[in-house]
Amino acid sequence: MLELVTISALNGVLYGMLLFLMASGLTLIFSMMGVLNFAHASFYMLGAFFGFQISQLVGFWPAFVIAPVLVGGIGALVERYGLRHVHRHGPVAELLFTFGLAFIIEEVVQMVWGKGPADYRVPPSLDFTAFTAFSTNYPAYKMFELCTAIAIFAVLLLLLARTRVGLIIQASLTHPHMVAMLGHNVPRVFMLVFGVGTGLAAVAGVIAGPALVTQSNMAASLGPILFVVVVVGGLGSLSGAFLASLLIGLVQTFAVSINLSVADVLGGIGIPPPTGGILSDVWNVTVAQLAPIIPYLLLVLILILRPTGLLGTREH
Amino acid sequence: MSDIATDIVKVPAHADVRPPRTAALARLAAPWIALAVVFALLPLIFRSGSSLTMLSLMGIMIVFALSYNMLLGETGLLSFGHAVYYGLGGFLAVHFMNTVIYDRLPVPLFLIPIVGAFSGLVFGIIFGSVSTRRAGTAFAMISLGLGELVASSSLILRSFFGGEEGVSTNRTKLLHVFGLNFGPQIQVYYLIAAWCLVCMVAMYALRRTPFGRICNAVRENPERAQFVGYNPQAVRFIAFALAGLFAGIAGALAAINFELVNSSAVGAAQSGIVLLAAYIGGVGAFIGPVIGAIVVTWLEVMLSDITDVWQLYFGLLFIGVVMFAPNGIAGLLTMHVPLLQARTYRPLGRLALSYLIALMPALAMLAGVIAVIEMTYHRSVKASDGATISLFHLTLDTTSVTPWLAAIVLAAGGFLVFRRTWPIVGAAWHDAVLAAQAAEKRR
Repeated sequence: MLELVTISALNGVLYGMLLFLMASGLTLIFSMMGVLNFAHASFYMLGAFFGFQISQLVGFWPAFVIAPVLVGGIGALVERYGLRHVHRHGPVAELLFTFGLAFIIEEVVQMVWGKGPADYRVPPSLDFTAFTAFSTNYPAYKMFELCTAIAIFAVLLLLLARTRVGLIIQASLTHPHMVAMLGHNVPRVFMLVFGVGTGLAAVAGVIAGPALVTQSNMAASLGPILFVVVVVGGLGSLSGAFLASLLIGLVQTFAVSINLSVADVLGGIGIPPPTGGILSDVWNVTVAQLAPIIPYLLLVLILILRPTGLLGTREH
Repeated sequence: MSDIATDIVKVPAHADVRPPRTAALARLAAPWIALAVVFALLPLIFRSGSSLTMLSLMGIMIVFALSYNMLLGETGLLSFGHAVYYGLGGFLAVHFMNTVIYDRLPVPLFLIPIVGAFSGLVFGIIFGSVSTRRAGTAFAMISLGLGELVASSSLILRSFFGGEEGVSTNRTKLLHVFGLNFGPQIQVYYLIAAWCLVCMVAMYALRRTPFGRICNAVRENPERAQFVGYNPQAVRFIAFALAGLFAGIAGALAAINFELVNSSAVGAAQSGIVLLAAYIGGVGAFIGPVIGAIVVTWLEVMLSDITDVWQLYFGLLFIGVVMFAPNGIAGLLTMHVPLLQARTYRPLGRLALSYLIALMPALAMLAGVIAVIEMTYHRSVKASDGATISLFHLTLDTTSVTPWLAAIVLAAGGFLVFRRTWPIVGAAWHDAVLAAQAAEKRR
């Protein structure tokens, strides 16, 4: 039991931190431009595929640096030549632009790398057991993922809170006109934030690619969960996104390991579950099977109880 | 007192201003009667089985896209999960049909869409009560989350959603009325066409009611709508539930057409397609989603025959519309209506000529882009099929440099020349508008 809890907690924190790597960029972009970047998970996928391709050519460590820079560059170009152009058509057009972009990126990835999973493996230099907890061997690569995510989180926090660049970004969030009056190029700040945000998503892709499956559907399967994180945390709240990332990471990881259904619980207190009928499955669904829909249930619950999200204050 | 009151009532204040009732009614009904005639005659023009199937699909898509536009176009709610109501309407219709067949209930097939409508409405009420509390981006994300919730549940609740293979039925086993057994596709087409017409009339009428106008007000400025005395949340909720109702009808029609519903009907791809259809057609006008549904269904069927990467072209078309024609095809068409009405033929001719000039490099660019896409796809995924592909009646060797170079030159050169033509089109447009305004003044 303790073993299960420890390992699940570790995995949950890891998953949560990966989510936060993406959610942080998404939240920053949202609070700055009022655009929820639908294609954010697609940049994560691009990161994974670029990481795969580049690591085949020059090895994992150069790819770890080059792939996010490339993807961040693409993100900046998308902002400069796409999103900025669409901005005058209003927020719905902007959201739809990123929606179409997600659609196109998925198709392009399928076109170039095919629909099957890419053979993106853990680099040999990290392919060993970090430690053995109870009887489970915990791979070093997962520790590497965790450390990377935490390091980036720390750097981002310091950058935003302690540097001049961070000061300008924070000011641009709330008072873009005033910042522009003071002589800063606010559109360029937007482009920078978009580039860095997508680059962060790509970092998550590069490091998550070998651990999960690098496939053309990875954006479509992760994207909605990412939006759940941002809405549950409260749109535009960075600390809310952090909290929600960890919450969803932990809840989902723990749920996978619980093999209990309504029928089991009813049976435990001596009530036989009803059989037959069109909804007979409801009684026999285990919590583990429910794991993929738990984030969405959480979303609905939060919306009923606290429509602004955990730490959100503004109505958008 | 009462005398005065009756006197006031008796004064026909606007009775003589309005045209006689029957004439007004006839003018209102004329386009719909024309449409009904078109629907009735279409199968006589497009006789083949495949075009009949496509017409049926278009009818379903028109209802679905119009119901979607009740949210996006009318009320300003961007939904990424509208397929939920379409799919659930379809599933409940199929289950109901199977019950009818099993219990031999006296229910004819053409009433089945009512089941879809009812289930769409019920689920619209349930999910709408959660999601319409907020508008804008938050609503979009919530609709996405609810869509994923239902789509993921569809893989878990196998006895209701039928797992991978879905739930099938047999539309010919229901009660036969007027000797119709709905076996042949032509009968199904007329069933779909009739329901499509009814739904179009209903949604058009709804648009013109005070409720429809209040929906527009909530879209434009919720605060003001609130000051006038309407609760924006309630208006959004009602619009959402009604959109669910019509989506449910579309789902039931699809269930009748395919005799099968599987979990993809509630999935994100289906939600995406209806969004694409409505937006490409144009969300600003009633006719927009209708055009969009026809174009998107046609492209879906035609393109998927020609190329494997048809969805990429779809995405590119969508991005193009979002960037350059935010009011969709209908918006582009309605832009020209005042010019045509002014009947200033010389500037109009020059405008048409400028379109023709711009079209040439645009087509060259398109050909280059298509060649690059097809060759990339062939090289990376289908390399084992040999080095050559045939495109535009040409045989291209994807391993040699020449076709790649030619395609890139065509795409890039086409784009550069195309950009040069924009000012020409702009000037011609400007002249045409000025001429139309001048003609208007003279009249």
